[in-house]
Amino acid sequence: MYEIRIHSRGGQGGVTAARLLALAAIHDGKYATACPFYGAERRGAPIVSFVRIDDKPIRIYSQIKKPDLVVVLDASVMDVVDVLQGLKKGGSVLINSAHKREFPGFSTSNVDLTGIALKENLIVAGAPILNTPVLGALAKMGIISVDSAKKAIREMFSDERNVKAAEAAHREMSS
Amino acid sequence: MKKIATGNKAVAEAVKQAKPEVVAAYPITPQTEIVEQIAEFVSTGELKSRYIPVESEHSAMAACIGASITGVRTFTATSSHGLLYMHEMTNWAAGARLPIVMANVNRSLGPGWNIWAEHTDSLQERDTGWLQVYVSTVQEAYDATLMAFRIAEHNDVLLPVMVNLDGFTLSHIMQPLDTVELGDYIPPIHLPFAIDPKNPAGYGGLTGPEQHFKFRWEIERSMRDSVPVIKETEADFARRFGRKYGFTDEYRCEDAEVVVIALGTLGKEAEVAIDMLRSEGIKAGSLRIRWLRPFPKIDLKGKEVVVIDRDYSFGFGGVLAGEIRAKCGVDVYSVIAGLGGQEVTYEDIAGFIRTRRIGKEFWFGVNDHV
Repeated sequence: MYEIRIHSRGGQGGVTAARLLALAAIHDGKYATACPFYGAERRGAPIVSFVRIDDKPIRIYSQIKKPDLVVVLDASVMDVVDVLQGLKKGGSVLINSAHKREFPGFSTSNVDLTGIALKENLIVAGAPILNTPVLGALAKMGIISVDSAKKAIREMFSDERNVKAAEAAHREMSS
Repeated sequence: MKKIATGNKAVAEAVKQAKPEVVAAYPITPQTEIVEQIAEFVSTGELKSRYIPVESEHSAMAACIGASITGVRTFTATSSHGLLYMHEMTNWAAGARLPIVMANVNRSLGPGWNIWAEHTDSLQERDTGWLQVYVSTVQEAYDATLMAFRIAEHNDVLLPVMVNLDGFTLSHIMQPLDTVELGDYIPPIHLPFAIDPKNPAGYGGLTGPEQHFKFRWEIERSMRDSVPVIKETEADFARRFGRKYGFTDEYRCEDAEVVVIALGTLGKEAEVAIDMLRSEGIKAGSLRIRWLRPFPKIDLKGKEVVVIDRDYSFGFGGVLAGEIRAKCGVDVYSVIAGLGGQEVTYEDIAGFIRTRRIGKEFWFGVNDHV
């Protein structure tokens, strides 16, 4: 089982990112579940969502304690949340950042999702859309296939700019 | 097509296919998504149904009762305080023998105000004459909702059915969902005593002491008669759509020396605990109770039993533990865990089984035995 924890702020689309990721994994022929942790969140508060991917049906409902991968959609949450908490030894971090980041002991990738969203003019209610471009980055990491990422995005969003943004993230991501 | 859906959306999808003529509902967290989705289906014409937005859950059930007694298919959904606000009417629905189907998204009761999973809400309804089924996956929420209509409306049953799913844990998780081509799986509803508004008649006059008990017995007789109906409905579902269900969902129980019993998602996650314990050489099994009413026949002879209750009856104990003791003739290790969404992992469940003390009650997190 591969376990992913997504950090974002309420309203940034972390829940939808989890859903898209699970849907893409299902299109890859795997089993997947996506669940947000529902607390007393409101727009702007740090939130986490969880995705599990496996070759067998998934029977676990409790929260992910030891993720294989941590995705940080908004680096500013790191001021208030320990995003590395419980991350498995040698685990991975994917962070939305224009600059290279290092977390000793973990393999870290960065991609400028915000910049990509702004370039594609993917903006809703004044905020750049991060949840569709991040799928391109996750495909680059081999978590899901590119085809399934695009298919999942097209099923949930009719605006083709979402697919273009995912393609851009796939191209631009550091590896 | 491969889909992904939340537990709530899966219920709404099943309702769309079952085509109730009337849906009356009032939103409440974490159930709101069900009635929002159904309202959308009605507004887009995907579901040709009369959607009655009411001002309370008491009225939601009253509207379903009024509609159902004219012989049409009805559905509602609620949770927690909404369910309790219906309580007078849930008794009426069963007593009037109306096959209403309701989804209840299990949530704790306040105060303290809490919106997360607990089973005390539906367990407070267990003596009303409703059939109750508890589900553990998004797929099962969809399948059980479809089956609920056929069971409720069967002429040997004619009692309402409540489909229970854990708040947030299941109502908001996204999992794969296979929808079915329903065909004639749910036959058209035919109520033998429906009121025709064009030819009005009255029901519910005073029932004297020489009659009342007969009506009560009729409810119990139908509850007993629902057992073969449930079996047949589930068998036909398996034949047509390939997914098997039963009164219980047993996992590695055959040679088990200790069995853990739970409802809902805890009962599913317990299977992972069982695999862990088996790899340690502990012969453990998991038995998830699906149908709480009518209560299933369960053979636990020669096994040690651990019951996890996500509920409590103050001054008595865990409700499920009490039912298992009474119906199965065994003592149990009673664990109270998961109240108000308290996090319980498969590792915690394995721990309950490893350190079991039959005859004792243990409150998880309080860490005391009584």
